[in-house]
Amino acid sequence: MKEYVMGNGAIALGALSAGVNLVAGYPGTPSSEIIETVSKYPHEGIHLEWSVNEKSALEVASAAAYSGARALVTMKQVGLNVASDPLMSLAYVGVKGGLVIVSADDPGPISSQTEQDTRRFADFCRIPVFDPSTPEEAFAMIGDAFEYSEKYHTPLLFRPTTRVCHAYASIDVPGSYTPKEYEGFIKDSRKWVIFPKLSYMNHGLIEERNIKIGQDFSGYRFNNVTGNSAKAVVTSGVSYTYVKECIGDRDDIKVIRVATAFPFPESFMTDALSDVSEVLCIEELSPYIEEQILKTVGIHHLDVTVHGKLDGMVPHNGEMSTELAAGILSGYLGMELSRELIDTSDAPKLPLRPPVLCAGCPHRASFYAVKKAMEGRKAVFCGDIGCYTLGNAMPLDMVDTCLCMGAGITMAQGFAHTDPDSVCFASVGDSTFFASGMTGVVNAVYNEADMILCVLDNSTTAMTGHQPHPGTGRNMMGNIVDKVDIAKVLEGIGVKSIVTVDPLDLKESVEAVKHAAEIKGVKAIIFKSPCIAISKPQGKCSVDGSKCINCKKCIKEVGCPALITVEGHVSIDMNLCTGCGLCAKVCPVSAIGGRNDE
Amino acid sequence: MNKDILICGVGGQGTVLASKIIAASASAEGSQIHSAETIGMAQRGGSVTSHVRIGDKAHSPLIPFGNADLLLAFEPAEAVRNLKYLRKDGVAIVNTVASKPVTESLADTGYDGSNMTAYIADKCSCIFVDSDRVCAPFGSSRFFNIIILGIAAGSGKLGIAQDTILEQIEKRVPKAYVDINIKAFRTGYETGQGAGN
Repeated sequence: MKEYVMGNGAIALGALSAGVNLVAGYPGTPSSEIIETVSKYPHEGIHLEWSVNEKSALEVASAAAYSGARALVTMKQVGLNVASDPLMSLAYVGVKGGLVIVSADDPGPISSQTEQDTRRFADFCRIPVFDPSTPEEAFAMIGDAFEYSEKYHTPLLFRPTTRVCHAYASIDVPGSYTPKEYEGFIKDSRKWVIFPKLSYMNHGLIEERNIKIGQDFSGYRFNNVTGNSAKAVVTSGVSYTYVKECIGDRDDIKVIRVATAFPFPESFMTDALSDVSEVLCIEELSPYIEEQILKTVGIHHLDVTVHGKLDGMVPHNGEMSTELAAGILSGYLGMELSRELIDTSDAPKLPLRPPVLCAGCPHRASFYAVKKAMEGRKAVFCGDIGCYTLGNAMPLDMVDTCLCMGAGITMAQGFAHTDPDSVCFASVGDSTFFASGMTGVVNAVYNEADMILCVLDNSTTAMTGHQPHPGTGRNMMGNIVDKVDIAKVLEGIGVKSIVTVDPLDLKESVEAVKHAAEIKGVKAIIFKSPCIAISKPQGKCSVDGSKCINCKKCIKEVGCPALITVEGHVSIDMNLCTGCGLCAKVCPVSAIGGRNDE
Repeated sequence: MNKDILICGVGGQGTVLASKIIAASASAEGSQIHSAETIGMAQRGGSVTSHVRIGDKAHSPLIPFGNADLLLAFEPAEAVRNLKYLRKDGVAIVNTVASKPVTESLADTGYDGSNMTAYIADKCSCIFVDSDRVCAPFGSSRFFNIIILGIAAGSGKLGIAQDTILEQIEKRVPKAYVDINIKAFRTGYETGQGAGN
């Protein structure tokens, strides 16, 4: 039957078709919808979980794979950094059942901290990697990936990019899915316990095996060549679709597509380059295939000139696109491949639309309370990864640093030790707190930091699409479970002062921050109010035109997208307002009201 | 049929539902479909686009610049921002009501979209719609996505039958809102029939 699904859905259905037994992951754009899709299709007999972080997900899946079960792990590229500890070791140990780790790369980057390349990670770990170009291919390749994983007893990486993950296509899928039968864990400490001796032995075997996989990949169905010309184009991933978009059906341009970057299909490439004098590599992120071709050309003394990122023909950073590819290909091939466009060079200046906290978002109120409480005091505000990173925008301007998941807590400690005059704050969301915040709090307590932890608890993982987490009391098996209580966790760690406040109660919140700033040691304020996307609006606020003095203090201090000016006067966009009432508390003449008046 | 449709607007305006209904309708009529959406951080009040590609000639999930037959713009500045996607002989259906970003409210440059509509009117064939006016009978601008879909279908530029789209609206909209959405679509359809001639 036909299903119109997102690339991430295609990956999920591909894994279900391959008889996957366990799926685990941590949310992260652009990978989050894989696990959500599995949960929406019949998946009886499959263990499905949002793990607390990527490292946990991979470790859970490793045990499944040691038992002979098929396991899928999902994450975004920076999540792979978190999972890298188990992954590096697992690469040496190997697996029995198929283990496929989807690590979605994000060229641009569009919703990420880095433009890192999972193909390099595969090379670093010495494990194979698959690189689909479309949702259709992703669906087909996931099954192949499980087969290869079991054939060579190795975990492997599967690397889609944002444009593959978030593209939709119609896919032929089976109507029902049956999890694979598996043997169960067979004890063998020589095999499953990593010791220096095992690593030494397996390191040698893995390098020998990778030569074999490279040969195997040389005949892989998605490594292919079309057209013929002395000047060839090599491409991979979604860039392949951009190249095809540029050249259409013409067969006078040789296009070599590499879907398995590591182990590099060397004999496939030497064959493809046999009558080629120049080759241009069009790929996103790092010049990985380009470097492999340079190596191949060197080893085989081929008379082929290699172009791409390394000689400046293709930019290192940002996404590839049909337009960019057309420009580069036109120059390289000496033919015009760009399309005629409407001239927009004279367009009026466009308004900027940086992403902002939603109207009514409780994070805005939390940041505003901290800001008010710290007026006139020297303070550092360490942010973290989540919707609340958007607290950096004007007029709040309440995020001074953001590095990676959980780093805000440990960085606030670092500032406390090096800049003792400042009040050091860390703001962290509930999901991030569980993912990688807790160990940071232990570190702060143990090392006697003087800091204030603000847990912005909105009872969900909002940024990535409202996934449940250990504090929500629900899991992906559809079960109601005991909530892990953040306040009790902090109490157990030994945090000296822990208060929970409603951020929409501005007065109480400001007092709580002021009070915490007077205490020595690690203090915590839990700002608890649900994400507006998962809770009912509390009414609407409105501006009383007869009282409003049009000072615009509400706009200037709060910056809520529902606060707009109409013909120069402050007004509230009724389609956006959730009635949080923060603007009403900021108004110096009490001109905003209506929240609970109706 | 090969047709590329670009839908653009601001996060929260309901562009995704419009694109899903177009894709599902074209698919129901037997066409091959590819589409792509803006997902993630940009959804929070940022510029968003949905690319719908109908037919078997599409390779990339994104419409190449200069290839869209139809531009559905939920906001005038977004129409200008995405005009590069439109073919020279393409058609733009543009909401004239501006959506002001927070940055604009803070700086108060007086952006109201009028310079954008004036600009685009000179650049391509346009159908302009005032969302405040067409949405007024429905009590919320949330219905604009279905109304603009109706306009596109009614004008004949979408190339998909009215009944096919109505069926998809029934499938995809929560039960309690089906009737009002069908009414919104029909209102748009009539407006489009007038504009398309």
